[in-house]
Amino acid sequence: MRLYWNYFLMELKSQMQYKISFLLTTLGQFLTAFTSFFGIKFIFSRISGIDDFTYGQVLLCFSVIMLSFSIGEMIGGGLAVFPNLLREGELDRILVRPRRIIPQLIVPNMDFSRLGLLLQAVIVLCIAVPVSGIQWTPQKALVFGMMIICGSVIFFCLFLMIAAFAFFIIGSLDFLNIFTYGMRQFGRYPFSVYGDTILRFFTFVVPLALVQYYPLLYLLDREDSFLYMISPLLSLLFLLPTLLLYRIGLRNYKSTGS
Amino acid sequence: MKVNVKMYLSLFRIRFHRNLQYRAVVLGAIIKGFFWSLMEVLGYIALYHANLTGFPMELSQTVSYVWAHQSFIVLFTVVFADGEIYSSIRSGTVAYELVRPSKLYGRWFCQSASNRLSFALVNCLPVLLLGLLLPKPYSLTLPSSQAQLILFTVSALLALCVTVAFAMLMYISLFYLVSQRGIQMMVRVTTIFFSGGIIPLPFFPDPVLRIVQWLPFAAMQNMPLQIFCGSIMGTVAAKGICFQIFWLTILVLTGRAAMEQATKKVIINGG
Repeated sequence: MRLYWNYFLMELKSQMQYKISFLLTTLGQFLTAFTSFFGIKFIFSRISGIDDFTYGQVLLCFSVIMLSFSIGEMIGGGLAVFPNLLREGELDRILVRPRRIIPQLIVPNMDFSRLGLLLQAVIVLCIAVPVSGIQWTPQKALVFGMMIICGSVIFFCLFLMIAAFAFFIIGSLDFLNIFTYGMRQFGRYPFSVYGDTILRFFTFVVPLALVQYYPLLYLLDREDSFLYMISPLLSLLFLLPTLLLYRIGLRNYKSTGS
Repeated sequence: MKVNVKMYLSLFRIRFHRNLQYRAVVLGAIIKGFFWSLMEVLGYIALYHANLTGFPMELSQTVSYVWAHQSFIVLFTVVFADGEIYSSIRSGTVAYELVRPSKLYGRWFCQSASNRLSFALVNCLPVLLLGLLLPKPYSLTLPSSQAQLILFTVSALLALCVTVAFAMLMYISLFYLVSQRGIQMMVRVTTIFFSGGIIPLPFFPDPVLRIVQWLPFAAMQNMPLQIFCGSIMGTVAAKGICFQIFWLTILVLTGRAAMEQATKKVIINGG
């Protein structure tokens, strides 16, 4: 643990070395999220709601997904270097070290400029909570916290899964971005608006609806069953296929040599 | 002059073949483009469901806009994978480019344009086709008349040039600034948002639109996409094309002057 902490600090310091660069990138991240926010704001200046969700509730979905994404990406986004590591045989160096592999990949590749995104998500959250019309109770606050934490875990899993695909497919995996950046984009509306088929996909395949749509119904008192309340926890089942894929990939790994 | 055209054409051919090499990448881009547009379309349909008359564009127009936007996205992206240009500035190999007997501005302009064009030709048609095949509310509608199609083609070419001319300004700024990633990110955000990449420009509230429609970004993808989906037609479209020519002239002139300045003073970190 000490080792990783040092690693972490080292990385933080080295990224802070180029202050202007760091600030510009963070600002860029901040503005990226800001433009999507304005996209929603402009659209909802013309209509009052979508399906039976109000502007405030849409914003809540947007900020939960954005927050989850930014945490997930800050931790797991660095895994995007994985295909390169494989191609250049760098992974072998990591494999021979007597430490766990995933942390060794994650910690040196953390990108702190994602804080810009995080900050923006928090701001939107602060706008969304008062206008969402939710009657807060301690249980609801707990569910809300679970939405964000479990959401981050899912996004992290998605990044890890895409990285693990590199074991099986050599070449560019850019199109798999639809499962990370795409999900951030589509998650701005409750997943139910896309129709039943899509909602089922987001329930059983990529369980993002479990941290967004279903618990939102609970927060809004439209559903009060226990299942809706713990739905974010159910989404953690997504960890199983992710880790399985990663394990299988690692077991079948053959170095490219060089 | 004749020699120049031939040289630029062969540059384009080389790039086209190089992009075709990676079939899996192309297939991936097509799949991604298709599903991305489909999700966006579903979202818009739900929005129109809430209020059919509240929007400045008809549903079918918005749907076509989304499809066309995804299909031609590469053509009108300011920050695109022009890796060679970025790395030549960073690593200093730009010095070699400077001794070549052709103007750097023309070379890079051509290189960036053909990079986008060749990639888009391979990627965009399949997505457009898939969009046409879908059933009614989800499907893409082609421009209604031939005149509209011609206007679109002209406007699309101009938008490509405006996009590249703007990207050129960004490359030139990289001669002076170290943080490539930061600049790229800022430019990407601004250009996408103000050219109608997040939501179509007519969706902006009127006070904002009144300013935004005069910016150079409005001369990018906004114009051809709106012509494509039929949200602007006839003389309005023709005026839009004049507007594009206006910005293209300004951007190219500024770019060339800036390039002159930059290359005069360029300091190569040798080694």
